[in-house]
Amino acid sequence: MGLYPEAIFRWVGDRGLLLEFGDRISQEINEKVRRMALAIQKESIEGIIETIPTYRSLLVIYHPLILPIEELKKRLRKIEKHLQEFPLPEPRLTRIPVLYGGAYGPDLEFVARYHQISPEEVIRLHCSQPYLIYMIGFMPGFPYMGELPEALVTPRLKTPRLSVPKGSVAIAQRQTGIYSIESPGGWQVIGRTPVELFDPNRTPPSFLRMGDLVEFYPISEEEYLNWDKKDGKGGGL
Amino acid sequence: MERVEAFEVLAPGILTTLQDLGRFGYGQFGVPPAGALDPFSYQIANLLVKNIGNEACLEITLTGLKLRSLGECLIAITGGDLSPTLNGDSLKMWNTHLLIEGDVITFRRVRSGCRAYLSVSGGFAVERIMGSYSTYLSGKFGGLEGRALKKGDILYRFNHSYPLDRVGLGVPEDWIPQFDREATLRVILGPQEDHFTEKGLQTFFSSSYEVTPQSNRMGIRLRGPVVERRPDVEESIISEGFLPGAIQIPGDGNPILILNELVTGGYTKIATVIFVDLPKAAQLKPGDRVRFLPISIEEAHFLLKEQEQRLSDFKKRSE
Repeated sequence: MGLYPEAIFRWVGDRGLLLEFGDRISQEINEKVRRMALAIQKESIEGIIETIPTYRSLLVIYHPLILPIEELKKRLRKIEKHLQEFPLPEPRLTRIPVLYGGAYGPDLEFVARYHQISPEEVIRLHCSQPYLIYMIGFMPGFPYMGELPEALVTPRLKTPRLSVPKGSVAIAQRQTGIYSIESPGGWQVIGRTPVELFDPNRTPPSFLRMGDLVEFYPISEEEYLNWDKKDGKGGGL
Repeated sequence: MERVEAFEVLAPGILTTLQDLGRFGYGQFGVPPAGALDPFSYQIANLLVKNIGNEACLEITLTGLKLRSLGECLIAITGGDLSPTLNGDSLKMWNTHLLIEGDVITFRRVRSGCRAYLSVSGGFAVERIMGSYSTYLSGKFGGLEGRALKKGDILYRFNHSYPLDRVGLGVPEDWIPQFDREATLRVILGPQEDHFTEKGLQTFFSSSYEVTPQSNRMGIRLRGPVVERRPDVEESIISEGFLPGAIQIPGDGNPILILNELVTGGYTKIATVIFVDLPKAAQLKPGDRVRFLPISIEEAHFLLKEQEQRLSDFKKRSE
């Protein structure tokens, strides 16, 4: 079915309304999520506390005593009807350096064996194209990106790790992502970036933005260790 | 504003953090709200000591916290009854107390609930990160260096005068919530109620679930009858946003009640606890039991209105 003719409203408790735009991960659906989030922001409606955009849906958190639910629904439907006119910003391309394999990417060998290709081929494929950032979530600053080349589509770990180091570059199914902070996790870790993806004292705190593009490139251990984290606001090299 | 020393931490207890009402507007960057898990008790604690804004309070879990006062200040303790004492004598909760230098506050054992809130006049003095004082433990920021209190920490407060006529002020007896070992939480069905069979929904709403020791500020793992899923839908969904109070049903069918520190995820959610019942959820501890009751959105909004009215009346009365 893909993109729904109009968003389905779902209840998220008594303060949230989930707008679901489609039934799968697709660029078209994700674009509508982004348009809707930006359009709501532009209207600055009193009583909307914040919105959380994800792959195919937008969570609208509201204060029901300031903005009654029926009024909220009416306003959202009206915005949705005029979404096509709403311009999206040009996507920015960010290049992210990655030290692949070894202790930094403990699952690189597994991924290679799983697809019966060499680790070098995994790296080449992972670096072969830009990825769209579908959403930031799961943890502060974690970008969910896709789609991986068909030859890299790999299932999650059978048993998630209790701790995945900050900066770990990982893949799962058709997605690739970066652990922006240390956390438990079940994705296949193939490398690590020295770039700081999240800084609570920066505005905005997340280095990457939904709707932007990311391209990876390999670096050596020496380059990794000497990466100036203070200036390392992304590659661009 | 000027900061003055307020307390020395003699023992940090199981988990004590600084919290306010939470961090808003950053969910789009994967940042959860954090904040007091029992926002009602938190707000009353602040209002009692005349903290009009959203000042930082201590959220104290279960037992073991011991503080020594480093100067004169006005405090209030609300929330779960963790048997607070002042220099060894029982200290009345939901009331203000004037402390002097050298006074020792201890939380000895759990009588009811799970989390208590300690406010100090002026509020605890830490930096605001993204507009909030709240500690986000997994993110390691907010509050005191993004972590729980430890032995030897010195806590500061903003130096702010308070009228002495507030000493001994309390809240009406019938306002003090009772945290029973068997709670009923009211919920709004959804957003994935259609992923469960009629029988699964019936099981969920007619059973009592036990709170397991696998519980923290993120959430509570429950144990009880397994909620049956429709065979034709996948176990997980495409990651989406949710709110504190979300009830996830993972593959094994045992519900997880989300409290905080999470903002998106791919588990199906059968229902979400209404805002005014979040305090009851926050006060559950291992061994307690919980039931779920579906209500309408109109009813939930009416209950919210009632609570806001009470809080604003109390605010006016204590001005």
